[in-house]
Amino acid sequence: MSNGIAVDKQGRLKNRTSMSDTNLLLTITVVVFFILYLAAIISLGGSFTKPQNFLNILNNNASLIVLSCGMSIVMITGGIDISVGGVTCLVCMVCAVNLEQQGGNVGTVILLGLAIGLAFGVVQGFLVAHLGIQPFIVSLAGMFFAKGMTTIVSKEPVRVTNEGFLAVKELRINVPGLGAPNKLGVYIPAYVEVGVVIALLVVILLFCLLRWTKLGRAFYAVGGNNQSANMLGINVRRTKFLAHVLCSVLAGLGGILYFLHVGSGDVANGAGDEMNAIASSIIGGTLLTGGVGNVIGTFFGVLSLNTIKRIVASLGFDEAWWSNITVAAMLCLFLVIQSIVLLRKNKK
Amino acid sequence: MTTPVKNPQTQIKRPDEPLFKRLTRQQLFIPVAALILLVLFNLIADPSFFAISMNTNSLGNPVLSGNIVSVLDNASELVILAIGMTLVTASSGGQDISVGATMAIAGSVILRMVCGSQVTSDTMQMNLLLAVLIGILATMLCGAFNGALVAYFNIQPMVATLIMYTAGRSIAAWINNNQLPIINDLSFKYAGTFLPGIPVPTPIFITAAVILAFWLILKFTTLGLYTQSVGINANSSRLNGLDPKLIKLLTYVILGVCVALAGFIRVSRSGSINYSRIAENIEMDAILAVALGGNALSGGKFNIYGSILGAYVIQFLTTTLYKYDVPSTALPAYKAVVVILLVVLSAPVVREKLANLKKAPAKTAKEVS
Amino acid sequence: MQEGAVLEMRGICKYFPGVRALQDVDFTLREGEIHALMGENGAGKSTLIKVLTGVYPKDGGEVHIQGIEGAAVIRSPQDAQNAGISTVYQEITLCPNLTVAENMYIGRTKGAMTNWRQMNQGAGKILDSLGIPASPKQQLGSCSIAVQQMVAIARAVDMECKVLILDEPTSSLDEQEVVKLFGLMRDLRAKGVGIIFVTHFLEQVYEVCDRITVLRDGQLVGEYVIEDLPRVQLVSKMLGKELDDMADIKGETGGVAISQEGAPVLEAQGLCSSAGIKPFDFSIRKGEVNGFTGLLGSGRSECVRAIFGADHVTSGQVKMDGRDVKIRKPLDAMKCGIAYLPEDRKGDGIVGDLSVRENIILAYQVMKGFFHPISRSQAEAFADNYIELLEIKTASSETPIKSLSGGNQQKCILARWLLTDPKYLILDEPTRGIDIGTKIEIQKLVLKLAEKGTSVTFISSEIDEMLRTCSRLLVMRDRKLVGELTGEDLTQTKIMATIAGGDER
Repeated sequence: MSNGIAVDKQGRLKNRTSMSDTNLLLTITVVVFFILYLAAIISLGGSFTKPQNFLNILNNNASLIVLSCGMSIVMITGGIDISVGGVTCLVCMVCAVNLEQQGGNVGTVILLGLAIGLAFGVVQGFLVAHLGIQPFIVSLAGMFFAKGMTTIVSKEPVRVTNEGFLAVKELRINVPGLGAPNKLGVYIPAYVEVGVVIALLVVILLFCLLRWTKLGRAFYAVGGNNQSANMLGINVRRTKFLAHVLCSVLAGLGGILYFLHVGSGDVANGAGDEMNAIASSIIGGTLLTGGVGNVIGTFFGVLSLNTIKRIVASLGFDEAWWSNITVAAMLCLFLVIQSIVLLRKNKK
Repeated sequence: MTTPVKNPQTQIKRPDEPLFKRLTRQQLFIPVAALILLVLFNLIADPSFFAISMNTNSLGNPVLSGNIVSVLDNASELVILAIGMTLVTASSGGQDISVGATMAIAGSVILRMVCGSQVTSDTMQMNLLLAVLIGILATMLCGAFNGALVAYFNIQPMVATLIMYTAGRSIAAWINNNQLPIINDLSFKYAGTFLPGIPVPTPIFITAAVILAFWLILKFTTLGLYTQSVGINANSSRLNGLDPKLIKLLTYVILGVCVALAGFIRVSRSGSINYSRIAENIEMDAILAVALGGNALSGGKFNIYGSILGAYVIQFLTTTLYKYDVPSTALPAYKAVVVILLVVLSAPVVREKLANLKKAPAKTAKEVS
Repeated sequence: MQEGAVLEMRGICKYFPGVRALQDVDFTLREGEIHALMGENGAGKSTLIKVLTGVYPKDGGEVHIQGIEGAAVIRSPQDAQNAGISTVYQEITLCPNLTVAENMYIGRTKGAMTNWRQMNQGAGKILDSLGIPASPKQQLGSCSIAVQQMVAIARAVDMECKVLILDEPTSSLDEQEVVKLFGLMRDLRAKGVGIIFVTHFLEQVYEVCDRITVLRDGQLVGEYVIEDLPRVQLVSKMLGKELDDMADIKGETGGVAISQEGAPVLEAQGLCSSAGIKPFDFSIRKGEVNGFTGLLGSGRSECVRAIFGADHVTSGQVKMDGRDVKIRKPLDAMKCGIAYLPEDRKGDGIVGDLSVRENIILAYQVMKGFFHPISRSQAEAFADNYIELLEIKTASSETPIKSLSGGNQQKCILARWLLTDPKYLILDEPTRGIDIGTKIEIQKLVLKLAEKGTSVTFISSEIDEMLRTCSRLLVMRDRKLVGELTGEDLTQTKIMATIAGGDER
């Protein structure tokens, strides 16, 4: 394959013909991320040089990492799920109401979150895989349904005061060797939140799933060419169904992590996260047309996206709307690049 | 492929069929049936729903009021959007989900133009027509951007328009520097409320004019044939001398014009704008209107009048729900259920199953004879 | 079930909307035999195979498989694989984004995990033993089409199957690869595997097969032992008529010869397109019927597509009636009076959901322009006129074209172009997959048009069809124009020799 951007960066690294599309796009993403971060350090310096700054990107985006990984899986099978932001929002609200008004605890919250995700996944998966309805329409309806349900559950923001929950929320895991002394000379350790550990575990588990299990390879096969996959003896419907279920369950988990990070239920929670997740997946080298992608890439996609957002903000464009415009611009750029790559490939 | 057999379906066998079956075959069956159901429901639940009265508004003008008037009035934006959305659906087999966000852009541009450099202006700083034209130009550009991504970069319409969907409201805020311009000039609000001395809301006239315009366009140009042909089979359209990409782009630009008109009506109702709330979730309604009108969301053949009727049905439903105190924020949940029911009923797999259910008894009867 | 049979299909029926694709077809495959399934395009071979492998559900009949009690239930390709049926399809049914090894093993291994090392080793062995030049770890999409097809065959062969189906596997293979494949087939036959072999190369059938089943128009013609069925008879069984019948319209070709003189209508020099053909020269005179011939994929369609501007034209000059014209897109060609009936009727020809009327007026409407719509009554008059003239069988001009049979769809497309009153008509495989009656009608129509002065380029896979209509044949090989035959050179043997290349025979 020939790729306008890949050629200059890739030519020396590895023989291009021996590289699969997935690895090629993954490499681009990783390189893009490091270039971005280096550029940020060199040109902006300051806060970017501190390890905690980097860890904060993780702390703030643990939920997005999980959502984006789920999104990548659906996109690998050639589908899309834009209900993840809505599901996140609904899960936050239900969890908050459960903790505050129904006397729930950390355990019930986790169960509720995953159950909501599962319910969305089963319904959407059934509609997409077994009834053959366009995934976009199905998940668009899912998104509106989730958002509408959130306001039905509670219109007002619900702040959580449950102590057991706050203890988990405030739990900080120190990362050895990355701390720095502050102005008074007191050593401040660098930390990550619990959510980050869970998110990283999810990334590793999903990587293994995609790489070493039959189901994982079936996701790729279905996305590559679903008629062929059918002829090769793969149950295409079941595979698509499971991809949607997995994505929505991960959206439920993402909702829990989001809730863990912000500690409240609010109608505005997770707003635009479906977009961030799609953008991260695409930046991370997942092709919209399916069959190509990798959760490691998606992980770096999330990091790149948020690095860009921070760069834009520290350049002085710190009004709220610039963040949305940045995401849209990044998405647009990478979509166009992908489309050009695909067009060239098809011509060949 | 092989021996042509006489397909019973292609033969003229219709008269034997029961009336009900012939009716359900009609494209407009679903929206008409939905409308009748809604009317019946309201008649039984509370006949006063249909009452229309003549009141005097705060300016001393005689105005008509009542639920029916408000349905016709409030559906205006949706009807105009549904027309454009139908064309886009037909040509590209996907929907533009950025219409709400681009309506915000149109509203923002128009307000910026009429307010000039002030945030609150009591008189219009620019000719209204010119301001609207600039608004139209802005959304045509947005449409062209979406259309170019869809047509020339082969990106699925919904994903391509997701970009504008995310960025649109932010761009609208940026155009006015995140200030909320307010225009107090009464003549600005004529388009969204009432013209002096005329008791019927102006948006109803604007909508009628737009419908008339599209009727003329479809009659005196080949737009209808071209978009359907491109939507059904782009390859063969190209080999017949059409430029499928250009036609797809054109439909998105036309939708842009519709969006600007809808955005104009919306901002002139109040003379102000709230970037994150204006026309919120209207994309969902517009898609629903197209589907309700019996048009396939996968593109191809379309009936613009079906979509228009669909839009009115949706507004009727919304008004009815409001009347029974369903909060506006919860509406999307109900509508999502309706969308899913509609797409499920129109899914080929489901249709086939339903057809088989009907056929099965008929077949056995035949075998016996 | 018969003694020694591994597979028996009885009374198989399959309907598509408006078409009876298979009607009461029986088929028996015995242990250790290579059984050819023959028939023209559209005879139902592929449909039968897709029914057998569970891609299409059948509408009637039973399938029995050795070792399975009662009628076998095959609802999906997985069921077929489990029942011991493995298949190589004509179009490549592998996933280009996976590696070669994965494509060989996916969907048929036990357990939930993928063992890459074992898979790569196993695949490596098979690839080596078959001499396939590919690495197990390579992404399939980066292999050539021929290699991909060999990988598909390797996958099928590696499965412990009782029935192996090869659906036109040789169309993308070169001679050596075909020899290798035949060797493999003989080995498997010796092991007792029953092989169903679908091909349109007669040579190959007589080289490797034991038995032949012939289908025609979705019906069974008969099953024959290969020795009992000489080639000529096989062809006449496939076509459904004695060879003499087919000469009946030859008499009318007399008029065509005259048109050898006179100025050319269209002249092209050094024409070349992005579809990967070598530059070629071409010309056609008024009232002449000529044709492009060559094997599948030899570039004959690409040539006419370049003339019509359907592919991106990269170089060359075109003269129409002696004047230079620029043809960059189909509309340019249409304005010069060129019409093109494409090869892929369904993909490039019909606009399925539109009515017969709209399909017929489409090209003419486009030429008239955006602001000059043809009125409804006029369009109906055009449509009714051509429905009558070409005897298109349709309920009315408002019927969606997709519910018509293939032959009638093709007539509608022809009507579409005749309505534009072209000076030069290009017909690319107009007779593919349509019934024999319509085929002859179309051939007659071509000759009639030529008499009236229209120039026609006619492409067909069936050489005798070309011989009956064309006065000049341009021969393509490997995407290059290699020869031109006229007059006395227009014989089956001469054409075959030119297609195959001069040195080899």
